Amino acid sequence: MTAIEQMPEPIALPRTGNRALGKLLSNPSALFGAALVVFFVALAVLAPVLPIQNPTATSWAAVRKAPSAAHWLGTDEIGRDILSRMVWGAQASLLAGVVSVTIAVLLGTPLGVAAGYRRGWTDAVISRMTEALLASPFLIMAIALTAFLGPSLRNAMIAIGLSATPIFIRLARAQTMEVLTMDYVESAHAIGVAPPALIWRYILPNIFPPILVQATLTVATAIIAEASLSFLGLGQQPPAPSWGSMLNVAKNFLDQAPWMALWPGLAIVLVVLGFNLLGDGLRDALDPREG
Amino acid sequence: MLEFITRRILTAIPTIILISMFVFGLQKLLPGDPVLAMAGEERDPAVIEMLRQKYHLNDPIPQQYLSWIEGVAHGDLGISLRTQEPVTVLIGQKLPVTIQLAIMSIIVAFLIGIPAGVLSAYKKGTWIDWLANGIGLTGLSIPHFWLGIMMILLVSVRLHWLPASGYVSPWVDPVRSFETLLMPSLVLGSGLAAYLMRHTRSAMLGVLKADYVRTARAKGLAEHTVLIKHALRNALVPVVTVATLLFGDLLGGAVLTEQIFTIPGFGKLVVDAVFSRDYAVVQGIVLCTAVGFIAMNLLADVAFRLLNPKTRTS
Repeated sequence: MTAIEQMPEPIALPRTGNRALGKLLSNPSALFGAALVVFFVALAVLAPVLPIQNPTATSWAAVRKAPSAAHWLGTDEIGRDILSRMVWGAQASLLAGVVSVTIAVLLGTPLGVAAGYRRGWTDAVISRMTEALLASPFLIMAIALTAFLGPSLRNAMIAIGLSATPIFIRLARAQTMEVLTMDYVESAHAIGVAPPALIWRYILPNIFPPILVQATLTVATAIIAEASLSFLGLGQQPPAPSWGSMLNVAKNFLDQAPWMALWPGLAIVLVVLGFNLLGDGLRDALDPREG
Repeated sequence: MLEFITRRILTAIPTIILISMFVFGLQKLLPGDPVLAMAGEERDPAVIEMLRQKYHLNDPIPQQYLSWIEGVAHGDLGISLRTQEPVTVLIGQKLPVTIQLAIMSIIVAFLIGIPAGVLSAYKKGTWIDWLANGIGLTGLSIPHFWLGIMMILLVSVRLHWLPASGYVSPWVDPVRSFETLLMPSLVLGSGLAAYLMRHTRSAMLGVLKADYVRTARAKGLAEHTVLIKHALRNALVPVVTVATLLFGDLLGGAVLTEQIFTIPGFGKLVVDAVFSRDYAVVQGIVLCTAVGFIAMNLLADVAFRLLNPKTRTS
């Protein structure tokens, strides 16, 4: 019998998962958050097939037109349809949120697990680097990184992802250290389970729930960060639509066309609220201390 | 306590060195050659060479870092490539504006966040709690810059109550200065208020269950005395710690708020520097914010130890 076959059973995640799902489904605010997220994801995914106008098509006959039957959300300073730009802008925002958090999780989790598992100088080096990165405010770090990489949506996602990485290093490190003190992990250690198997079978499944919660909440932060960078001209470049860059232009036409500023901001608030509510709901559902 | 502070300062030094190396390395890899931009249209090789020597750009990178960090240690953050002024002078000019904005925003955040958190915890499970939580969560979800734009639209464009942009120093005209920064500080402070509200609520919920609160009530003390003198005083310990850690959010938020309201502060300086590839200014700003953030962390730790009797005696 190999060491793997002798390993004590880790926490039965499927049962925990079912219970968590039940709790999540009975939480109205989490459901509302999930509905908002699903709505915006559907908009972003279906953008190419929805019966909307070309988001970059200009019309000098329809400059800064108020919402009407022809243009439900109005038009912008060069006659582009705001509804269509909003729908395509959802793609940029959600893509930025999800891709940057994926970068942060994929970089941060292994480093955090390594620091928490190995301790010693590995931990010292990774922890000092994390503290150094955390020492600079998130947005200022993202601005500096985007400036270094050059302004574009792709680079904004990389910059946001790198800026968010320390959050996941810290979380994974703390969670790993906690899991390592559990009896079943100590038993696995005692019977000589190899570190890769230990990490894969015991540590990663157990640190996954808090990382999932943090990732959901960080998507919200990342969406705001992308909008902020695009607002400053460091994210999505014109004429491609993005909610942040739409607001950057809209601020110059507040008196003549206030609708230009209203819709993109409202969309950011709703999608961020959605991820925040969903993240809070997930935290409550996955937290063993909660009922 | 002195030993604790010394130990914390010593552990902060490697972090500061690492961040300085990171910031320096990053800026050296920025796209575009600043010397070509400075040399203008003609791009005379002699001028380019002279500029390279003047700014030590021909030296190996480790040597450039060492000369830069040596200067930093002596308070010299270099010269702005764009304005030809020392970076320390530029930061010194802009920092007071951002500090004024930050102080006003923190006051707004405390005035809204703490009472809302206390009320929400005290009325847990009621519609007041739901409303406060809803507003708090929405506050966390609203981007500063959009809130700023909407407030300009309503307060300045429609109602003509406050100026939409600009800045007046409090030494020149205190009333006008307050007016120009009122809307920006409401924008920046409301986001922080949402954080404070959530932390105050959570801390108060814990404290309200404590034995000493029950004892205070059993003694027949008035409810507001129990709430303010016994519960809030203890709940504020973690809240104050969190508040100092919001420094980073405050600076990040200030970048956008200053852009929207055209306030000539630290945030506007960093954005202008990024667009003009002003290496020295970006380096100086990121380093200053990092050192400031580390100092705030240190202050938070010291405040927590001083305020919390358990850690004070240990």
